[in-house]
This record gives sequence, structure tokens and C-alpha cells, in this order.
Amino acid sequence: MTSVPMTQSSAAERDQHEGPFLQVENLKVTFPTQDGPVTAVSGLTYSVEKGKTLGIVGESGSGKSVSSMAVMGLHDAKSAQISGSIRVGGTEVVGLSESHMRGLRGNSMAMIFQDALAALHPFYKIGGQLEEAYLVHHSSASKRDARRKAIEMLDRVGIPQPDRRVDDFPHQFSGGMRQRAMIAMGLINDPSLLIADEPTTALDVTVQAQILDLLQDLQREFNSAVIIITHDLGVIAEMADDVLVMYAGRCVEYGTAKQILTSPEMPYTWGLLSSIPDVTASTDARLIPIPGNPPSLLRPPPGCSFHPRCVHSSKVAGDLCSTELPELLPASSGTAHLKRCHLTDPVGVYRSEVLPEIAPELVEETR
Amino acid sequence: MTQDPNAQAQIEPTELGANAAETGDRQLTDETSDAYGSHEVGVGNLDFATVAEMGHTATQLDPLAPAVLSVDNLKMYFPVKSSGVVRRTIGHVQAVDGISFEVPKGGSLGLVGESGCGKSTTGRLITRLYKPTGGSMMFEGQDLAQLNNKQMKPLRRDVQMIFQDPYTSLNPRHTVGAIVGAPLEVHKIVPKNQVLKRVQELLEVVGLNPEHYNRYPNEFSGGQRQRIGIARALTLNPKVLVADEPVSALDVSIQAQVVNLLQDIQTEFDVSFLFIAHDLAIVRHFCPEIAVMYLGKIVEIGDRETIYGRPHHPYTQALLSAVPDVKQAAIGGRRERIRLEGDVPSPINPPSGCRFRTRCQFAQEICAKVEPPLLQIGQRHKVACHFAGELGAHPATPVTTALLGVDDQGSPVSGAAPTNTQLTIPGYEETWYDLKTRQTTGV
Ligand SMILES: Nc1ncnc2c1ncn2[C@@H]1O[C@H](COP(=O)(O)OP(=O)(O)OP(=O)(O)O)[C@@H](O)[C@H]1O
Ligand SMILES: Nc1ncnc2c1ncn2[C@@H]1O[C@H](COP(=O)(O)OP(=O)(O)OP(=O)(O)O)[C@@H](O)[C@H]1O
Ligand code: SF4
Ligand code: SF4
Ligand SMILES: [Mg+2]
Ligand SMILES: [Mg+2]
Repeated sequence: MTSVPMTQSSAAERDQHEGPFLQVENLKVTFPTQDGPVTAVSGLTYSVEKGKTLGIVGESGSGKSVSSMAVMGLHDAKSAQISGSIRVGGTEVVGLSESHMRGLRGNSMAMIFQDALAALHPFYKIGGQLEEAYLVHHSSASKRDARRKAIEMLDRVGIPQPDRRVDDFPHQFSGGMRQRAMIAMGLINDPSLLIADEPTTALDVTVQAQILDLLQDLQREFNSAVIIITHDLGVIAEMADDVLVMYAGRCVEYGTAKQILTSPEMPYTWGLLSSIPDVTASTDARLIPIPGNPPSLLRPPPGCSFHPRCVHSSKVAGDLCSTELPELLPASSGTAHLKRCHLTDPVGVYRSEVLPEIAPELVEETR
Repeated sequence: MTQDPNAQAQIEPTELGANAAETGDRQLTDETSDAYGSHEVGVGNLDFATVAEMGHTATQLDPLAPAVLSVDNLKMYFPVKSSGVVRRTIGHVQAVDGISFEVPKGGSLGLVGESGCGKSTTGRLITRLYKPTGGSMMFEGQDLAQLNNKQMKPLRRDVQMIFQDPYTSLNPRHTVGAIVGAPLEVHKIVPKNQVLKRVQELLEVVGLNPEHYNRYPNEFSGGQRQRIGIARALTLNPKVLVADEPVSALDVSIQAQVVNLLQDIQTEFDVSFLFIAHDLAIVRHFCPEIAVMYLGKIVEIGDRETIYGRPHHPYTQALLSAVPDVKQAAIGGRRERIRLEGDVPSPINPPSGCRFRTRCQFAQEICAKVEPPLLQIGQRHKVACHFAGELGAHPATPVTTALLGVDDQGSPVSGAAPTNTQLTIPGYEETWYDLKTRQTTGV
């Protein structure tokens, strides 16, 4: 049995503290590699309140998983250098010992991983794995309590006949059922913070809809703070209150889901929106790719990391884009909307150039 | 195939390894290599107008295009073997069970449906990686289903496949030049001393630097590898390309590059596509016609506007309602959706009658008794449902009874002869069954 350094009372204190439940400030994560240091995340600042959902989108390799794993304290101190501040319910977790971290994980916070099959142990029954997760944080609970809790959680996530399926092995579950079992595991200790890393990417849309319903119901019930990482902007639109757009380890745009998806002000975000078709879009809408490939983190481009692929940099005076990293500054669409870009009139460019190509029907409407 | 309902049964793979490309070792290489960008031609200094110009709008339907491939009542049953020393066949996975459709010349038919419904199997049948259990596949006057391997060989050039996973479908030990050039040598298309020139042309077509023919796949990014796979499929000037999830393994920003490339190829070389994908939005963009599959059957097929705008099958309606919509951001909250209960039944033992009935909110007695025929109900629209209708307007009584000679509960009516004369041909008839009047009508 692992010792649980966090007492019940300190957990209660965490839940009552003032301000956002999760506060990340100036987070930087660097991996020393043979070829030199790789800075996977830098200068990242965001916060999530209880009952709210933050969506994180961005290019593959932009640091979405690495930053979330830092919040969960899942990086090996030997191979990752972490600086900045991460406060969970007021507790600073950067530099916290592994035993303290383990007390928080699965209790105050939990993560649903990109690959459910890899996260469930193939040789142990689903129920046994759930029971263990429960007992780690409820050392006074009996084995019978734990089993009852495991069945209850399987039922909550919509597994049919949970009292029978609790004794199944992971391979006896379908992909959607495994994903639900993962969610049951993540939620078994009523975490105040849940991070879901691409929870539905490999699933059918019908199963995806069930999982998203479930996440929302459970969030409502437990008033948890939720981070959902996905490449699907439709999921973001329907699930997230706020959105963080990442590129090459940095936040490049931040705002409410409505601000980011209806009045984005940064060319990478525009590129993302224009490279994805929409099920209800006009068939006159163009699918416009982002040219080129993601940058190397070993030798990141100078200036704005997006400049080698940006098709709007010619609108910026001089060679600012390739020499100076833009700061994350307030955008024009409203409070708390931030963007990292040198363009002086992003709204004008978006309205007059981008929108007519990617959503001609919206241009008509706003005229 | 993560949600394979047959995981427990011992399944005999048929002609497995028929496609060496798919079984190639996956090489896990360090993705931090930063030489990617340089493989491509002409990325630098583009402005938005130029890039937008390169992006395409949704492919339009050509209603007059003749069929290049005509598939009739196609079936693929995989034997399920018992375990033990003597392995007897104890059942069959009815992976594809009597599907019919046409692929128009220069056009593209989309194939969508839940995991395990038989999409990839259909693709493999058409490329003859599998020999079908039944049915026909007419291509230029020949039935691909009947040909033996030797007779198939000259036709293999014409029907090619693009695979889902750019990481496993290219042999890591061969150079890009060898990979793209191999089919040219096997089929002796061009003299040996011209192979390189042709390979370089093809690399240029797919937007890669032709000078990089002697590099290895691991030096390329995922999107670039997918383009190499496309170049390989194009080497033999195919007439039909089966694209099985061609972009789903790629990062979203790269998906659009590949979709645009496929559209370019389609217009330039007049290639016809069978386009298989999970992503209903990508399918809508690429395919003017779509077939929806459920558990080995086509349940609805029609043009884009009908399938996405006025679907008549309860499964199509549920599928479409489940797709999250970016436009919802302006409104907030979740979209109203039809919740499907339960899991997909096993294709070894599918439900009687309509295969969707175990999860259908409109199911009635007749649905368990009689299988609904894939009925043409519009100029370019067919649906297989006893209660076919637009969402919110499904009829109270079955629409199929007169055609099938049964009563509303699905029991045969004595003396009533089935009047249905138009049971599923591959294409569309001039006349169809009008759901409102329950009469045959036409243009
Ligand atoms: N242990 C490590 N050592 C070195 N580099 C690493 C390590 N872990 C991650 N990286 C690098 O950090 C970068 C960010 O990775 P991360 O997993 O956060 O990307 P992501 O945004 O989650 O992408 P995806 O959408 O593909 O999941 C990548 O370039 C990755 O190669
Ligand atoms: N070689 C095989 N031997 C036995 N059964 C098979 C074989 N290939 C496919 N099946 C079964 O046939 C059914 C249809 O599989 P198929 O791969 O065609 O589905 P799919 O629609 O492509 O699914 P996905 O969206 O997951 O790729 C599944 O039940 C599958 O398990
Ligand atoms: S700063 Fe320059 S290069 Fe970067 S996104 Fe803005 S315009 Fe493009
Ligand atoms: S035939 Fe019956 S069960 Fe099948 S889809 Fe139609 S209403 Fe539902
Ligand atoms: Mg990730
Ligand atoms: Mg498939």
C-alpha cells in the first residue's frame, strides 16, 4: 500500500481555495536529447476553473500531451527539465516529490490517455484494475466496497451488465467499451481535474458522441475542471468553454470557443479552420491546406515559429516575422482573447481574404 | 479493427499476405528529424491567394458519367474455425453480404459506416486482394470476380489501392525510387533506362522533390509518405483507385494537402475513386455520391445533397447527427443528437430481417421478419428501410408491404404476388418508388 501524504482535510482545503482550480504559469518543458535540448513547451500560461472545460488544439508535436503530462507530474525528473509554476487547487506541483504527486494523481486529478489499450493492463481484469485505483486512495475501504464501486462506475459509463463485465479482461471489451472503462478509471475517485487526451480519436462518431455525453454528464455532476485535447474542431465547438491553440510548444491563440472559432486572429488558427471541411459547410467552400511541414523543435525557426509556413507574413512590415517572436497580446474581439502575431489588422484580413474562401455562406450572411 | 466483435473466435484469414506492402515492418524512427520541408517543391514565399487557389471546393457530380465499375450482389464470407487439432469451419463472418453499387467514370463514390461494417473488405474485393464468395464486379466488360490470378494480372494495373497507414505501407529498406518504380518494372511498362525519368515525373506530380528518389521512407514525414504511396499507386495509370482511409493517419493540417492532391489527380488523369473513410466531412467534400454501410450491407446510397441533407434511413440519420459541428461554436452547447444504444451485433450471427433493428428506435415486428430491400426512392437515392422517411416524418405503416407481398406485421399475404421488379441493380433506374404516393414514378 502506498502512503497517502495528502490527508482528507487538505483535499477539502484544495477544493475550497479561491481562483481557478488549475493555474499554469510560464511552463517550460525541455528534454535533453543526443542531438541537443528539445524544448517541447515554453512560456505556457493558462488556467481552468471548476465546472469549466478548456480545449487544447494544435499540430501534432506541438506540446499538447507534454504540457498535460507536466500538470499530472508524469515526466521523469531525470529526462525532463520543468520550470515555471503549476498550481492544482492552490498546491504548487512543480518540484513536488513523486510520493506527494501520487497522492494527487487519481484523487484530485486524473488523466484519460490517447491510447486506452496501452493504459489498461492486458493481464488483469477490468474490475481488478478499477478496484486497485479506488483502494490506492481509500485505504480504509474493504475489498467488497471497492468491487461495488467498480461495478457502479462501469454502470455509470454505460457498460451493459456491469456486474458480469467487471470480470472481463480488456481484450474482451470493444474499443468504445475500453475507452469507457478508461474513463471509469479516471473518474473513480471523483477528481476535481480531469485531462482527456484525445479521448475519442480512434472511435466511430456514434461511440464518440456517447463518450462526449458521458464526459459532460459527469462533469456536471462532480463540477470538475476538464481539459480536452483533440484535433477535432467540432468537438472543441461542442465541448469547450475556452480554447488554447498551440504551435511549436507555445500558445499562439487563446480565447472562448466562440472567439477562436468564429473570429480567430492568428494565421495558424485560420489555417487549421480552412484545412478541415465541415459537414454542414457550403460545397463552394475551399479546402485550403497549410503548406509545408511542422517545424523542428531542435532548431526552431527564429522569430515567429509559424513564419516558414505562413502565407500572411508578407503583410507584416520588414522581416519582423522571421526575426522577432511576437508576444501574446490581447486581440481585438474582446477581453481575454489573446493572440501571438505581428499582423496589424488581422480582423480585416480574415474577413476580406480568408472567410470568403472557407465559408462563403457566412460572408453572405454578415453582409 | 479495434472493435472487432470476432476477437474471440478463431478467424481464418483468407489470402493474407496477398499484399506485402501492408505487412511491411513498421520502423519507429526518430520523428525529430528536421529535413522534412526540403523534400517538397515550392513551399516558400507563397501568399494566401495562391494557396487558396490551390485549394479545391467540393467535387461535383457528373450525372451523365457512365459506370466504370459495376458491382452486383457482392459477398465476402470469412470462415470461422474451431480451435483444437482438427479445425472445422463453425460459421462465417458475413463481412460483406450482397452489396451493389456503381463507380462512375472520373467520379468518386464514398463508403462510410461504423468500424467493422465491411468497408475495407469491399475495397480489397475490388482490388482482388480477396476473391469474393459471390456476386460480380464488372470492369470494362470483364467480371473481376470470376478471373483467376493469371487473368487478373493485366487488370491489376487498372485497379489500384492507396492504403491508410503511410508508416507501414512503404518498405523501409527500399528507396523511394525503388518503391515507386517497382510496378513499372514488374509490368514492363517502360524500358529500364526510362524508369528513373518516369519516377521523377511521378514524384513531381505528387509535389515531392524529384531529386530525392534515392532517399528512404523514414526521411519523409507522414504526409510526404502518403504522397509516395499515391505516386506508387499512380505509376500504372490506374482507372480506378480504392483509397482506404487515405488521410486518417495524417495530422489535420496535412490532410487537406493530400485531399487536394487526390482531387488534382482525379481531374488530370480521369481516375475514378472508391473513397473509404470514417470522417463524414472529408467524404462529403470528396464524394458527390455516398453509400452508407451497416453490418455488411448498404443501407442507403445517393447523391451528397440527399444523403447529407435529407437522409431517409434511421442509421444514416443517427450517424450524421453524431458528427460534432464547428458551427456550433456560434450557438454554444451540444447539438441535438440521436443516441444509438448498444453495440454493433456480430457479423457471424447478424439479426434476422433488418440488421439495424437491435438499435433502431423505429423497429417493429416486420423489421425482425423481413429484410427491407434497397429500394430506389428518388432519381439518385436508394434506401433499405420498411419505415423510410425524413427525420421526424417516418411513416406509421411500412412502405414496403405491397412490394414484398406481406402485411404490416411482415407475414406473407396469401395470393398477393410481390410486385417489386426493381430489387437492387448496381445503378439507378429511370423510374422509382415514390414514398408519398406509394406508386412507381419517373422523370
Ligand atoms: N521524452 C521525450 N524526449 C524527447 N522529446 C520528446 C519527449 N516526449 C515528447 N517529446 C517531443 O516533444 C514534442 C511535443 O510532443 P507532444 O507529445 O506533446 O505532442 P502533441 O501535441 O501531444 O502531439 P500529438 O497531436 O501528435 O499527440 C514532440 O516533438 C515530441 O517529439
Ligand atoms: N481477413 C479476414 N478474416 C476474417 N474476418 C475478417 C477479415 N477481414 C475482415 N474481417 C471481418 O470482417 C468484418 C468487416 O471488416 P472490415 O475491415 O471490412 O471493416 P471496416 O468497415 O473496414 O472497419 P474499420 O472502419 O474499422 O476499418 C469485421 O467483422 C472483420 O472482423
Ligand atoms: S507573426 Fe508573421 S509569420 Fe507569424 S503568424 Fe503572424 S503574420 Fe504569420
Ligand atoms: S427496417 Fe425497421 S429496424 Fe430497419 S431501419 Fe427501418 S425501421 Fe429500423
Ligand atoms: Mg499527444
Ligand atoms: Mg477498414
